Amino acid sequence: MSEKIFYMDNNATTSVDPAVRKAVLESFDLYGNASSMHGPGRHASAAIEKARGQVAALLGADADEIIFTSGGSESNNTVLDLVFSDLFSGSGRKRIITSSIEHPSVVETVESYREKGFPVTIIGVDSTGKLNMDELRKEAREDVALISIMTANNEIGTIQDIAEITRVAASCGALMHTDAVQAAGRIPLDLHGLGVDFASISGHKFHAPKGIGALFVRKGLHIAPLIRGGHQEGGQRAGTYNTPGIVGIGAAAEIALRLMEEDGKRIAMLRDRLRRGIEASIPDIHINGHPVDILPGTLNVSFPGAEGESILLYLDMEGVAVSTGSACATGSLEPSYVLIATGVGAELAHGSIRFSLGRYSTDEDVDFVLSKLPSIILRLREMSTL
Amino acid sequence: MSDSFMNDWVYTDTVKEHFMNPKNILNDPDYQDDGRGMVGSMACGDQMLVVIKVENDRIADCKWKTYGCASAIASTSMMSEMAAGMTLDEAYNLTPQMITDALGGLPQHKFHCSVLGDKALRAAIDDYLERVGRENPFKKKIAKIVCECKGITDQQIEALVKAGTVDTLEQLQQETGLGTVCGKCKSLAEEMVEEFRHIYGRE
Repeated sequence: MSEKIFYMDNNATTSVDPAVRKAVLESFDLYGNASSMHGPGRHASAAIEKARGQVAALLGADADEIIFTSGGSESNNTVLDLVFSDLFSGSGRKRIITSSIEHPSVVETVESYREKGFPVTIIGVDSTGKLNMDELRKEAREDVALISIMTANNEIGTIQDIAEITRVAASCGALMHTDAVQAAGRIPLDLHGLGVDFASISGHKFHAPKGIGALFVRKGLHIAPLIRGGHQEGGQRAGTYNTPGIVGIGAAAEIALRLMEEDGKRIAMLRDRLRRGIEASIPDIHINGHPVDILPGTLNVSFPGAEGESILLYLDMEGVAVSTGSACATGSLEPSYVLIATGVGAELAHGSIRFSLGRYSTDEDVDFVLSKLPSIILRLREMSTL
Repeated sequence: MSDSFMNDWVYTDTVKEHFMNPKNILNDPDYQDDGRGMVGSMACGDQMLVVIKVENDRIADCKWKTYGCASAIASTSMMSEMAAGMTLDEAYNLTPQMITDALGGLPQHKFHCSVLGDKALRAAIDDYLERVGRENPFKKKIAKIVCECKGITDQQIEALVKAGTVDTLEQLQQETGLGTVCGKCKSLAEEMVEEFRHIYGRE
């Protein structure tokens, strides 16, 4: 056995790109507080503004529409908290509409509002993870403040029709937010073209360090800060600018934009080869997610009769890193709510494995997984009560 | 693989050994068992089948199948090694704690959900005694009063959950009056309902 890692968990996080690492390390010399007027401050500020432009370019936005945050969860919380802000006071709009497969930073935040008495509507998805648009149109009424729907799902990779969802939001006068954490840096995004009002992204999903993200706020909107106590980001997010993180996400955004087309095609080909290999070598499997509108690197497969944590740990023994929707991996007794929302049933959710490929995935990774996985599934099924 | 790579594994070395090389898996489709017990459900994420051969009131052989996570597989494997050679009485009184201790411990959140082997073993012994037409001396012995005011035992709660009559504490209270007098057993009873629901696959 070797120490080589076959990393197929890029939807959980990615490794830092070497060029990004270099940029971040160099940025430690920009020690000045970017809010200071002196030279060291101005040097840091210039690096931050350059990064703002790089992130804006990745998203099809303008630099002054980008606010840096600590990551996707903060960006999502900031937007959802706007229902308490002046943005909607006097408008009679309170309702939040979201979906049953959002990230926990949306699901749990919205649930806490519901407990406080705010009206909340959760729209379901079909078996491929696509939003039920008829249900959305029916619920899009005059009392809706905000619609928040993720661009692409973290577990099954399904991509939503954000342009159409944004039109529905506009038709009822609601603001539109999309959690684009899994999409940004992986599929082309044109936030101006889509017409969304807010979008959340996170650097570590596209080879920037952890702890840095951004929030897109459409020009003309000014938001209340979640983190108060400073004038940074135009008073919309307090806290000393995280110069190394911001430089990192900027560099990562530039690289992602440059490599997107090439990476996207190559990663999708690897993913498709992995899927075909699994289909050919393992009987009785279930592919989760949408067949076409799916992130290039995501493959979510259920193996009935084999439990997800056991599959994950047998693969881990071989150096393969994946994730599972099994309850056993979460520490709760409930399996993945995303898979349950697609209607696959608890048994298939417990037996699900998410392979998420990325920039550094290779043919060798796919070959290696295909050489190990069939015997692992067979072994678990043989000892199973199935 | 190097030591440094494996040292930070989520489970103990003993768990890892039983997970990687499980002992006494049932792989003979024609296995002639004297008793057979199944608990849990695939929908809950854990299901266990235990089969036994009995000679002179001792477990002569104990084999199993498990659908579940690493600790479910390891704990059933460990249980099968511990049970072999035990008297029926000893085997019936094997507890999750004994299995967990033998494994060198399990993460806290795994203890209740994945250690089902002892229940499957008891179910197999019950099945054996029923097949040979003997009275079951163990069931009575371990009945414990949960609600002192109403005299409700753990076995009654188990039977109600198993039969599908009771899924919640409220239903249990309506059915038996448990916890309706002094109320001090309510949280214990609620935990038991949860645990039996898990064991009998009623989640």
